[in-house]
Amino acid sequence: MEDFFLRALGGGIGAALAAGPVGCFVVWRRMAYFGAALAHAVLLGIALGFLLDIEPILAVFAVCALLAGCLTLLERQRYLSVDALLGVLAHAFFAAGLAAVAFMERLRVDLIGYLFGDILAVSAADLWLIFLTAAVVVAVIAWQWRNLLSLAVDPDLAAVEGVPVERVRLLLLFLVAAVIAVGMKIVGMLLVVALVIVPAAAARRLAATPEGMAVAATAIGIVAVVAGLFGSLQWDVPAGPAIVLVASAIFAASLLVPVRGGRSRG
Amino acid sequence: MISASSGDPLHAPPLVAARGVSLNFGRRTVLDRVDLVVHAGEIVTLVGLNGAGKSTLVRAILGIIRPDSGEVVRAPGLRIGYTPQHILRDPIMPMTVRRFLTLGAPASRQKLDAMLDEVGAGGVIDDPLADLSGGELQRVLLARAMLREPGLLVLDEPLAGVDLTSQSELYRLIATIRDRYGCGVLLVSHDLHLVMAATDTVVCLNGHVCCTGRPQAVLRDPGFISLYGPHLSDTLAVYRHLHDHRHDALGEPLTMEPGAPEEAAPPADRP
Repeated sequence: MEDFFLRALGGGIGAALAAGPVGCFVVWRRMAYFGAALAHAVLLGIALGFLLDIEPILAVFAVCALLAGCLTLLERQRYLSVDALLGVLAHAFFAAGLAAVAFMERLRVDLIGYLFGDILAVSAADLWLIFLTAAVVVAVIAWQWRNLLSLAVDPDLAAVEGVPVERVRLLLLFLVAAVIAVGMKIVGMLLVVALVIVPAAAARRLAATPEGMAVAATAIGIVAVVAGLFGSLQWDVPAGPAIVLVASAIFAASLLVPVRGGRSRG
Repeated sequence: MISASSGDPLHAPPLVAARGVSLNFGRRTVLDRVDLVVHAGEIVTLVGLNGAGKSTLVRAILGIIRPDSGEVVRAPGLRIGYTPQHILRDPIMPMTVRRFLTLGAPASRQKLDAMLDEVGAGGVIDDPLADLSGGELQRVLLARAMLREPGLLVLDEPLAGVDLTSQSELYRLIATIRDRYGCGVLLVSHDLHLVMAATDTVVCLNGHVCCTGRPQAVLRDPGFISLYGPHLSDTLAVYRHLHDHRHDALGEPLTMEPGAPEEAAPPADRP
């Protein structure tokens, strides 16, 4: 097997490891629109990365974290709902990204790769960064699992039980930002939300506990990456869309599975 | 700390005391200089119409929101068991009763089974949370709160979504738990009938504290009558009267002066 293909496999699996558990929280806390807003901010991150000569993944993470911070500050006012705030932030960041890209001749050539993902161009350095990010994300989730889960079940109950709710909420936003930054390298900014949400959605009916759903989502993500990449090689389909198509097919198949843990007594 | 040796728990320092708590949302005053005190072994029920600020007051007492003025003082080391009004239990998250209970406080299978039996929800331990009936869910929430071995139980609308027969059972269960563990109970309720039957102190909230005291006294309070109307007040007085007979048969006083010793003063030493 070619090296570029092995690197692509490695990068995709790394992204799926982080996206599985984080995707579950995105589904549980109804943060899909937040994920979409972050995806809009990716372009500005890439532009700034080129401008300041920083790794694109790091620059994208920084811009996504900035958006998360803005959202947290804006949430303190009571006159606009979160989805309206996200609509404002997403498009302000996206417009800034488009304006920045217009100044950069070289980036415009590469833009298609960032829009649709270019997993086959994952470099050895990218691979390290992806695995480092995935390791940090998974470690933080494992460490904060109880707090994160309590927050997802009921924020008030969590607060009474001593969970530092505001800090955990911000932490989750940063975790999603990290996954978006890694995922855009794999499937591109237009499909990166799918990498987060589809495996988690597909895992719902296969699991009886939150922990089971996180593990199942990760496994489904890895299967989608591997099958998608081989499919892409076989039928000459772009890799990003192939991965998302496999994940979506698994989701469709999961609808046929009866929900586990249903009550057996009358 | 509150100890049994201090005698009448109502003269011991309160578990929690809200003093002069005011809170505004924008220009709207939600809470206006509200006082509320809960002692060990006491059931305090917060009543009031929708929008009276009941849930806001509860959140301030729990320390989730900070009042604009006034203070909430909790006894040192006080552990609170809380049951929220609306819990996320839509099927988005797979969650069994067992996992839900251990999320609050890790506990052995025996301990979980014993607590579920105690609240009358034995046998649901492996069921998904989303499949429970309203009454079962309230019992499971109560079990989770009790597993924390709380000094104070705060129950926000525990009777919402529970059918009528289960409502009075639940109310009796709350009183039993109070008697057995000696914890204080702060209850938010819409259902005045049941409130009047099994509460030590009623606090009627309408932004400010409209009236407070023993259930019978509150029923005759002009503030309560103007809020709920004379008809309801009369109806409830009948309920109260019927209930007096039951208490009478148990050898307990038929009427009590506000501030008189607690009729069901339990031993107040808690785990």
